[in-house]
Amino acid sequence: MTLLKISGGKVVDPVHGIKGEVLDLWIRDGVIIAKPANPEETPDKVIDASGRLIMAGGVDMHCHIAGPKVNLARKMRPEDKRNARPVQRTLLTRSGTGGSVPSTFATGYLYAGLGYTTAFDAAVPPLGARHAHEELQDTPLLDKGFYVLMGNNHYALKQIAANEPGRLRDFTAWLLQASKGYAIKLVNPGGVEVWKSGGGNIHELDEQVGHFSCTPRQIIQGLAQTAMDLELPHPVHVHCNNLGLPGNWRTTLATMEALEGRRAHLTHVQFHSYGGEPDRQDLFSSKTLELAEYVNDHPNLTVDVGQVLFGNTTSMTGDGPLGYYLHKVTGGKWTNADTEMEAGCGIVPVTYREKSFVNALQWAIGLEWYLLVKDPWRVAMSTDHPNGGSFLAYPQIIQLLMDRNCRREVLKRVNPRVLERSQLWDLDREYSLEEIAIITRAGPARCLGLKNKGHLGPGADADITIYNESADIRAMFEMPWKVIKDGVVVVDQGEIREAEGGRTYYVHPEFDSAGVNDIQKWFESFYTIQFANYPVGEEYLAGGGVRSSCGSRS
Amino acid sequence: MTELKVVANATCTFCGCVCDDIELTVEGDHITKAKNACVLGKAWFLNHHVEPGPSARIRGKEVSLEEAMDEAARILTDAKFPIVYGLSDTTCEAQRVAVAIADWVGACIDTTTSVCHGPSGMAFQGVGEVTCSLGEVKNRADLVIFWGCNPAESHPRHWTRYSTMPKGLFVPRGRKDRTVVLVDVRKTKSAPAADIFLQIRPRMDFEVLWVLRALVKGLKLDPADLADTGVSLQQLEDLAGKMKSCKFGVLFFGMGLSMTRGKHLNVEAALALTRDLNDFTRFYAAPMRGHGNVTGADNVVSWQTGYPFGVHLGKGFPRFNPGEFTTTDTLARKEADAAMIIASDPMGNFSQAARDHLGTIPYIALDPKETATTAAATVAFTTATYGINVPGTVYRMDDVPIPLRAAFDSPHPSDELVLRGIEKRVRALQRASAAAR
Amino acid sequence: MEKKAEELFILIAGRSTRQGTSMNESKFGKDYTEEIGTVQVCPEDMNRLAISPGDLVRLRTGQGAIEIPCVAARDGELPPGMLFMAYGHYSSQLMGSDTHGTGMPSSKGLDVYFSRIGPPVSA
Repeated sequence: MTLLKISGGKVVDPVHGIKGEVLDLWIRDGVIIAKPANPEETPDKVIDASGRLIMAGGVDMHCHIAGPKVNLARKMRPEDKRNARPVQRTLLTRSGTGGSVPSTFATGYLYAGLGYTTAFDAAVPPLGARHAHEELQDTPLLDKGFYVLMGNNHYALKQIAANEPGRLRDFTAWLLQASKGYAIKLVNPGGVEVWKSGGGNIHELDEQVGHFSCTPRQIIQGLAQTAMDLELPHPVHVHCNNLGLPGNWRTTLATMEALEGRRAHLTHVQFHSYGGEPDRQDLFSSKTLELAEYVNDHPNLTVDVGQVLFGNTTSMTGDGPLGYYLHKVTGGKWTNADTEMEAGCGIVPVTYREKSFVNALQWAIGLEWYLLVKDPWRVAMSTDHPNGGSFLAYPQIIQLLMDRNCRREVLKRVNPRVLERSQLWDLDREYSLEEIAIITRAGPARCLGLKNKGHLGPGADADITIYNESADIRAMFEMPWKVIKDGVVVVDQGEIREAEGGRTYYVHPEFDSAGVNDIQKWFESFYTIQFANYPVGEEYLAGGGVRSSCGSRS
Repeated sequence: MTELKVVANATCTFCGCVCDDIELTVEGDHITKAKNACVLGKAWFLNHHVEPGPSARIRGKEVSLEEAMDEAARILTDAKFPIVYGLSDTTCEAQRVAVAIADWVGACIDTTTSVCHGPSGMAFQGVGEVTCSLGEVKNRADLVIFWGCNPAESHPRHWTRYSTMPKGLFVPRGRKDRTVVLVDVRKTKSAPAADIFLQIRPRMDFEVLWVLRALVKGLKLDPADLADTGVSLQQLEDLAGKMKSCKFGVLFFGMGLSMTRGKHLNVEAALALTRDLNDFTRFYAAPMRGHGNVTGADNVVSWQTGYPFGVHLGKGFPRFNPGEFTTTDTLARKEADAAMIIASDPMGNFSQAARDHLGTIPYIALDPKETATTAAATVAFTTATYGINVPGTVYRMDDVPIPLRAAFDSPHPSDELVLRGIEKRVRALQRASAAAR
Repeated sequence: MEKKAEELFILIAGRSTRQGTSMNESKFGKDYTEEIGTVQVCPEDMNRLAISPGDLVRLRTGQGAIEIPCVAARDGELPPGMLFMAYGHYSSQLMGSDTHGTGMPSSKGLDVYFSRIGPPVSA
């Protein structure tokens, strides 16, 4: 039993309405507690945080950090790492490579160094779940988990086509259990299956998905409902159809409407907010306002942004046809990796250029999203790492959100046509520190149903970031003074002090075992591994794992 | 009376097919039946015997495990340019510890990938790869091409489980719904199973692949240009036509491409050809990986260091350069001054110059069987066999991770256990030496 | 022992079933060492060079030379001018260490100078 006190810091804890008051925090065995009632009780350790700013540890709800596609990207891009600063081995820590797709240990250290203590990979095919878990075990200092790709899963599509919501629910629960995943992920629902069945894509919500008698609309509705019926801690996590295509905002709006009030999280909305027409780059424009207004009016929806930053990065996606599209745009190397019965994958190196009209508008659209969604609880910080840029760019985005002059300086440099097609210049809103705390930890934690994360009240995990208060916002967020994970100082002024820790979060929804026979019959007809060898055992869970409960959402 | 045990859904790790549908009958410390296994798998399971000797030896003399781990840690920490090599026939759990040791001591970490599909890995870095899991082939492929490989002898169940015979979702009649093509310099035992066999001249793969790329793009070629290739323009026009008009094509390539002059350029041509074909249809490529967990080794080294093989950690961070940091090179150039060889036999199959140098430096070897490499090792560990005595994880040739089930216990320790012991000692030595400074 | 002039052949080293099945028994056993220590020659070349199965032949490259027995390849498997042997201790002695910047020595499609030595001494 160790008792830790963090004294004298200015606490920003939006969950409890605390906006920079000087407060002491008490921590026992890795958990935040109320001040001990017994005045005799003295802390084993005191951290004097006077004059410093305290927030809960950051929570990244949408990134790509582990599993098959991430590792393919590592293998494919030596040049990306050679151009990046490497992570040096110390007596305590492992070495690694950086760049847009850091190696696993480096990923853990870099996130922790940034004050982030939780991160979720957004797209894992269940057949590769064991791989993702192995990598998460080698990604230290983070609590973590992943979302399971389901929007092109044959069995799910079959049940949707047959209007069998009960079977769909049982299958989803079985699949989440088997993969030890955290949430349902849709990627280009139906479109990936079309790409896998001879090429092409799907462009309309009511188009039929190839050989399945169902449509993207039905997939979205069916799995959104399933997530709610299973009372999963996180609602369905949707990567809409038509990512990246001019004019796709109509699809995005139609997707929001198709949800008909069901809870859903729409991810990297920046990539889905484009006006114009598919083959007319000159008409390319921002439609953030229209979409953000819809989100503002519909509390069933949350979004993360997928901010684009200028520079070179790696696009990696479960959206196979998108990978092909990007390959055709860049003309460079391209990896496509399709998974039987389940999913697709595309990986392409990309560079976002300031002088490119399209890229600069993408950058502006991302910022518009942060600024036009009125309720910060419903918009989460993300770069869709590494698709829009690295998670290491979060401090830069924070600066852009807190300082309108800063973003106007960038607008002066970039392709001037952006000013005509975006309203970013005119958006005066500047984020407060409380709002930053919401979009980087409190909001995503709530959206993920992580009750012990994102805040500093009694019962919360003692994942705490202490910043040096500074007028230089970017520098302040780039290097926290101390980062505490489970009550232990893991990073001190940029130096890793503790190299291990972090657990894998997963869900274990119940299902009717009578449905398993049918699943097994289907599985044995089409898969190439044994049914018994498919489920991932508990030995693959980092730190023994944490089972998030279903059905306890208030 | 020996206890009889049946292990269902066991996984064979002999080759990259990693068949996980084997039913083992175990009597004591012998496997007496291996249902579903191929000729190689049967030999793998049924011929398996536990090496009678000690688990640990130093210069041929039996020692305790602890003494051997102490000596191994000392060799690795004393060295200026240690190398860690092998890894393709052990679990990912062991591989992860091996890479950790290499990191702590600043070694070159390399795997048998560098002498099988390392060039394919380099080609991948050049052009990428359009690939898929084997179940996609099973369910969809109507054109299956094998190039520079001989599955009949090296991957006997590839055809029946994954690529040509099985009935799949969109190929309900199995073999009848598929066209199978073999391209090789020899008319191997695989040839009779193919509908079309193209016998090309040795070292002409690059040229033939580029001719196909040109034909796929619709370019007109002079038949005389193909004079040296062993095949006619008409044969290749026919093949290019089939490739463009199939619904789902796949090209499996073997070491006939990666080990022959041209190496990564041969593979790059194959990957570019199959990529190009996606302008017309869906077309995929995949290497025929050899050892049971060589694919896992690529994955583990990649996720821990960022690079797939041939990684130098001596400067305190990972650097990648095939030809410089790969094991044939570090040995033949006499740069390595100590080595740890895990589950592979460079003394049996490396170039003479590399073998000669390995024989002059202190090295540690871990292997379930006595080999030329263990016989000459300074410190030799006889370890338990993965997939027979040791559970864990392996990756099939298509990157699909598969669990292993142990059939019976071995008196010898697992690779993972030995490596963890060495890692612990290495780190203790390093902390002591840092404290002394 | 009569020694014929050397001829240039192309050697393919590769895997064989017998090698795969015997290596689990032991790499020091008769099956394994026999399998990796025998070179296959096509029947046409055997006839032309008057080589009988079991005869010792010599394979030489810039790296080294080996003297091992040969067998006739199955009909049609090898074209004239090509040799095959299972990859291992002997084939590796013919292989160079230069990996041309890849890590992979050229191990298939090697130019080798081939000559007949004669019947094995024990015969």
